[in-house]
Amino acid sequence: MLTTTLILGLVLGGTYALLALGLTLQYGIARIMNLAYGEFALAAAFLAVALFQGIGLSPLLSLPGIAAAGYGAGWLLYQVMMRPLVARSGGGGRLETDSILATFGLLFLLQGGLLLAFGADFTSISHLERGVDVFGVPVAANRLIAFAICVLAGGALVAALRFTRWGLAMRAVALAPGSAPLVGIDVNRVARQGFALGAALAATAGASISMYQTFSATGGVVFTMKALVIVIMGGVGNVPGALAAGFALGLIETFVATAIDPGLTLAATFALFLGVLLWRPQGLFGART
Amino acid sequence: MTAISRRAALRAVPVGMAACLVLGTGAAAADDATVKIGYAVARTGPNATGAGITTIPNYELWVDTVNKAGGLKMPDGSQRMIEVVEYDNRSSNEDLVRAIERLASQDKVDLILPPWGTGANLAIAPLMARFGYPQLAVTAVTDKAPDFAARWERSFWMLGGGHDYAAGLVDVLSQARDAGTINGKIAVVSVADGFGIDLITGARPAFEEAGFELAYDKTYPLGTSDFAAIMSEAQASGADSFVAFSYPPGSFGMTKTAQSMGYNPKVFYISVGGAFPIYPGVADGKAEGVMAIGGVDADSPAIMDYFARHEAFAGKAPDSWASAITYASLEMLAQAVERAGLDHAALAGELSTGSFDTVIGEVKLEDNQLRDLWWVGQWQGGAFRAVNPAGKEGASVPMIPKPDW
Amino acid sequence: MIRLLLPPAALALLAVWPMMVSDYGLGLLIGAATYVTLASAWALFSGQTHYVSLATVAFYGTGAYAVAVLNEALPYPAVLLCAALAGAAMALAVGLSTLRLRGVYFVIFSFGLAELVRQLITWYEVNVTGTLGRYIFLDVTARGIYWQMLALGAATIALTAWINRSRLGMALRVIGDDEEVAAHSGINLARTKLAAFVLSAVILTLAGAITSPRYVYVEPSIVFNPTVSFLTVIMALLGGANRLWGPALGAVPLFLAFEWLSAHFPDTYPVLLGLLFIGVVFLVPQGILPAAERLMRRRAGA
Repeated sequence: MLTTTLILGLVLGGTYALLALGLTLQYGIARIMNLAYGEFALAAAFLAVALFQGIGLSPLLSLPGIAAAGYGAGWLLYQVMMRPLVARSGGGGRLETDSILATFGLLFLLQGGLLLAFGADFTSISHLERGVDVFGVPVAANRLIAFAICVLAGGALVAALRFTRWGLAMRAVALAPGSAPLVGIDVNRVARQGFALGAALAATAGASISMYQTFSATGGVVFTMKALVIVIMGGVGNVPGALAAGFALGLIETFVATAIDPGLTLAATFALFLGVLLWRPQGLFGART
Repeated sequence: MTAISRRAALRAVPVGMAACLVLGTGAAAADDATVKIGYAVARTGPNATGAGITTIPNYELWVDTVNKAGGLKMPDGSQRMIEVVEYDNRSSNEDLVRAIERLASQDKVDLILPPWGTGANLAIAPLMARFGYPQLAVTAVTDKAPDFAARWERSFWMLGGGHDYAAGLVDVLSQARDAGTINGKIAVVSVADGFGIDLITGARPAFEEAGFELAYDKTYPLGTSDFAAIMSEAQASGADSFVAFSYPPGSFGMTKTAQSMGYNPKVFYISVGGAFPIYPGVADGKAEGVMAIGGVDADSPAIMDYFARHEAFAGKAPDSWASAITYASLEMLAQAVERAGLDHAALAGELSTGSFDTVIGEVKLEDNQLRDLWWVGQWQGGAFRAVNPAGKEGASVPMIPKPDW
Repeated sequence: MIRLLLPPAALALLAVWPMMVSDYGLGLLIGAATYVTLASAWALFSGQTHYVSLATVAFYGTGAYAVAVLNEALPYPAVLLCAALAGAAMALAVGLSTLRLRGVYFVIFSFGLAELVRQLITWYEVNVTGTLGRYIFLDVTARGIYWQMLALGAATIALTAWINRSRLGMALRVIGDDEEVAAHSGINLARTKLAAFVLSAVILTLAGAITSPRYVYVEPSIVFNPTVSFLTVIMALLGGANRLWGPALGAVPLFLAFEWLSAHFPDTYPVLLGLLFIGVVFLVPQGILPAAERLMRRRAGA
């Protein structure tokens, strides 16, 4: 029983963590709290399904293309919409509020676009649905794939941030956007890259979600909320923290569902989330500042 | 749709005025030429999905059908075209209430069609009663339907209550158990939402009375997307029957999870969503034997014709639970108008006492409620067929055990 | 003299307005009055301190739920009193634990609060009372609702005007400018913020309680609709959240715009709403009133 809970929880956590990676990156580096994040993932999911149903392209194969498209869309969006807000705020706290309100407008815009393009129906495909035996526990292959994508993308991101020059610039901007230009870093360019990379990760998560979950054009908020909870728990902008928090959340939800009461899974999530905010706003895995 | 019809109406005004000037005939005729029918359904927000599946396509199909046939028939034998006034209620009851006030007091429409959902229908019921409009509450499932029908005497409740569906299911399962096909244990999960709770509170005593043991009985929150933990507990409970009082997309998630983990209970029952046309696709073509709420008499020519027309008009098949009843309620309305005209009191009286010929057969309301309903259906041979009440004409024989996924 | 007489005269005019309009007109008046009240109450706390709260619907929904639970047990005024007390208790508990959060953390916390309240109420209803939907059958007419809401809205604006002139308003403004400075100048940060937060929350809760008879049927998913929180914020910001009449000035035109859009463009409504939202953030970030004031001053200077 414990192994079942453990494995199911870890797989679930992997899918959660994948969803949260992009959001934490967008906030950590570009300082944009993107409330339309879920709609981004949803748009990618619709795209993946359209490609699958239209030309029979497996979401697994279309995923790199969709991620690239997500990067492009994020890049463009930052340039057109976020950049003026950043410039206006001049590095002050205004940006956080402005970005929340602006991306809330974006949320409606994207949701409306999705409704017009794909209608209000539930959308679902069955792809790689069969079970795979993991230590005696049957797990859906598509969820396992999402888990693998999460581990790969998350691992690569952590390594890149830690060991490359590019990663150093990213971390510098995240830590001290005001001082980064002093050492020759183009803050605007780095923030734009961070935001676009976050959008690419949202698209990746969306395309993998399309394989195992039924979704509809109005359901993006649910993804955003879940990602937000994980981002806060892991520490805003903290990529390894988001990974760890995602796994922790998956384990907690599965544990609450099996050992306590499935009716309390979401309440437990929010209680945990509010608890972390109150007692460790820097996140469970962040350093105290 | 609305924009076009409104534009068409605006264009019609000068044309009509010109006609009056030229021909010198009475101006009243132009005003009476149409029947204004208004509705405020959810185009956006969480209710948009349900309204988009069950309510909106049927309203549009019906208006199209009636207008192509020359319009609504009046008692004097004349025909009048339908003009639609539509608003988006944004899935918010506050906006919905205001939209109904607008339809009734500003647009002064002749008839108002109800919105989608139990809560929405209840929210407008006092207003509809005050303005005197008959309310054919189709997509409202509530155990309090008899009270409401008595409270608002021009309201009609047409989809039964949670207890009815639960009792129907218990009936099906009891017969299978008495035949020795399944054991006496049931694993049941329910969604923490009005309807899910109605169903489970109705089912618990009914199961116990029938001698079943609830080996697993849990409620999960609306919005749950992962069912692996719940399903593996249900599987481990030793029950032959899995019963989910669920909503989409949860109903779909559970199906997928059961398939991928190789969970093959002898009875697999889900609630809302099981009768949706996309369900076989969700189940990867393996829907055979899955039971759910609702059902239709799939062999009846009227239903087959309705399904074909719906598919040709909306580009997708209707759902096999509330869609046909929604359409039938509109046919009732048309026939009642033909017999009693547009006077609200006469119309409500006719709806309450008359009998009507519809796609679901002959309909006659009892105490302003439709009671002659299908409670349980099952996917058999690519169609979602009604299996309970077993004695009702057109019922199929339930297939238990369900074939493995 | 005119300044003193104008508000009561306007209020009297607003109070007799429903006699002259259709039911739909009355529906519009109720909607507008509700959002004026919500936006003004929101600005009472958030406008001066710059703490952007998305918890509006947590209080608004609690008010509606309190009425749903108590409407058959108690007379109506007692129900309203209980709703106000529930809102105050909740705001006190939340305020004591959260007001040290700043910036984006406070925003997100307030957003999550509505969800938590909704989940807990759901769980309680399902497991303890065994029913989820509740009914409100009160003999309150639409006009009655309008008058109550009008009174609440007027009281909110009057209260804001009074606070702005009092020590509390002064303290709130200093906190909004710089908390460090406020602390050094001897302002009790916690008590000041808490007082404003609780006042604002009580009004929000009452607003929910007053409108709830229009719902008839109450379910957590119906009354905790997060859009309400966001609409409130954007309305207050559009008008100018730190001006007395700013929130009201933002709420009325936006409310009417939403109504018009959803009637005339039901399919593209969310797209237009999104564009409107973004437009407000980009074009009038300080609000219409402050922008107009600046324009006037420039005129006067030139």
